[in-house]
Amino acid sequence: MAVAVTTPDEVKKIVLAIIADIAPDEDLSNVKPEVRLRDQLELDSMDFLDIVMELRKKYGIEVPEADYPKLASLDSCAEYLLPKFGK
Amino acid sequence: MPSATHPSSGSAAAPHLRVRYKNPAERIVVTGLGLTAPNGNTPAEFRANLLATKPNIQRITTRYMGEVLAGVCNYDALKYQKRKEVRNGTRAGSIAIYCAREALADAGLDLAKMNPARAGVYIGITEHGNVETENEIFNISQFNYDTKYWTHHHNPRTVANNPAGEVTINLGITGPHYTIGAACAAGNAGLIQAAQMLRLGEVDVAIAGGVSESIHTFGIFAAFKAQGALAHHEDPNKASRPFDRDRNGIVISEGGALYIVERLSDALARGARIICEIAGYNMNSDATDAVLPNPDRQAECMFAAIARSGLEPADIGLISTHATATHQGDAQECAALRRVFANCPDTYFNNTKSFIGHAMGAAGALELAGNLGTFTDGLIHPTINLDNLDPACELPNLVSGQTRPVSGVRAILNNSFGMLGINSAVVVTSYQGT
Repeated sequence: MAVAVTTPDEVKKIVLAIIADIAPDEDLSNVKPEVRLRDQLELDSMDFLDIVMELRKKYGIEVPEADYPKLASLDSCAEYLLPKFGK
Repeated sequence: MPSATHPSSGSAAAPHLRVRYKNPAERIVVTGLGLTAPNGNTPAEFRANLLATKPNIQRITTRYMGEVLAGVCNYDALKYQKRKEVRNGTRAGSIAIYCAREALADAGLDLAKMNPARAGVYIGITEHGNVETENEIFNISQFNYDTKYWTHHHNPRTVANNPAGEVTINLGITGPHYTIGAACAAGNAGLIQAAQMLRLGEVDVAIAGGVSESIHTFGIFAAFKAQGALAHHEDPNKASRPFDRDRNGIVISEGGALYIVERLSDALARGARIICEIAGYNMNSDATDAVLPNPDRQAECMFAAIARSGLEPADIGLISTHATATHQGDAQECAALRRVFANCPDTYFNNTKSFIGHAMGAAGALELAGNLGTFTDGLIHPTINLDNLDPACELPNLVSGQTRPVSGVRAILNNSFGMLGINSAVVVTSYQGT
């Protein structure tokens, strides 16, 4: 990874970019960071696995299955993933 | 049983059609058609380009092999699918969805008004899963073959029923669905399955035919090349040359053709427009060789299909040949055809692969679709790229080069033969109201 990710906002941008690839029909301009993603967008369990895979492929980040609930909202993604970007 | 003759040349015999199944509940008709071919995304566009002798083969770049020739379709996948569905599904599924939705619209059927449990999807395929598997192996090769990078989408993408299953999800069909693996006979096999299932009362509406995504693999190109059976020509549109002395192999294509098939009684009850009747069919096996065809078994297959339709060979006005432009395959098929259609002065022959290449699982279904117009427009599209006929491929009344007006064609035989010696023949007749 060339660019260091050091703020929650940067993490949220990255997650939204991944979601834009996975759910290309969705309008992401009004996604509320504190609301569960599944309550705002049409994302199912296969889609969340896609998010996990993209984090692995693009950023070398591993998300164990037990931690999947931590990806529920953009805010929780930022909180959970930020330290992992530091490694 | 003599067939009617016409005094003028250029017209096929108009037979007294001896329909085998008298009960309309058992007679099977086609009421809709949806297709995508390299040279057309609707039946009308496809037919127009065939009649105007306009092929469409392109150079594409494929993994590990560089440039190859292929028939590529350019239908609008987003007409009936969302971007996410295209992304998560397969190309074959996308082609199937497009063809199915087009066919239903063509048939004037509204699924919202139908019982979805009484519709079935029967799609012939040559292969399925190669595209996805090649893609995923390439994917993990970028990560030192660590299989934790293997996609969770792999299994639903590669199960053999995928193309038919994607149709049911897109259309909300809750009746049966599956694909039929029948090599290059698969398109006919889909239609045959539909006819059988309708006669058994399993469904009331069948969406049936064949699809192919095979150009998106490299392995199929490499294998045909290894067999010395992959066509090459400096002009892509001239590469598919069935029956030509200088033919040098197959042009691989993608595509799909799906038919709406119903019992005649149901079609009449709802006032459907009837495109044709599936009058007879047969499938058999060479039981000889994995690759080389057997003209004896091919002839038997055709004789049986014609007999089951209640007709004689001389009643068949047009044979849509299989011929893929391999040296042996074309010659063997012509030997079988000369035997079946000996003394049939009003029987014509053509070949659609010369335009669109070999669309694999879709081939038989697309080729028949390209010829159905003959019933109404009185024209037979030619085989093109036939500059020097191979004497081993002599056929009387082979329509070559230019479209030929031939009135009175009432029956078309569609041949498709595939590896492992699978043979299929479907006879369709124009529905005359009785």
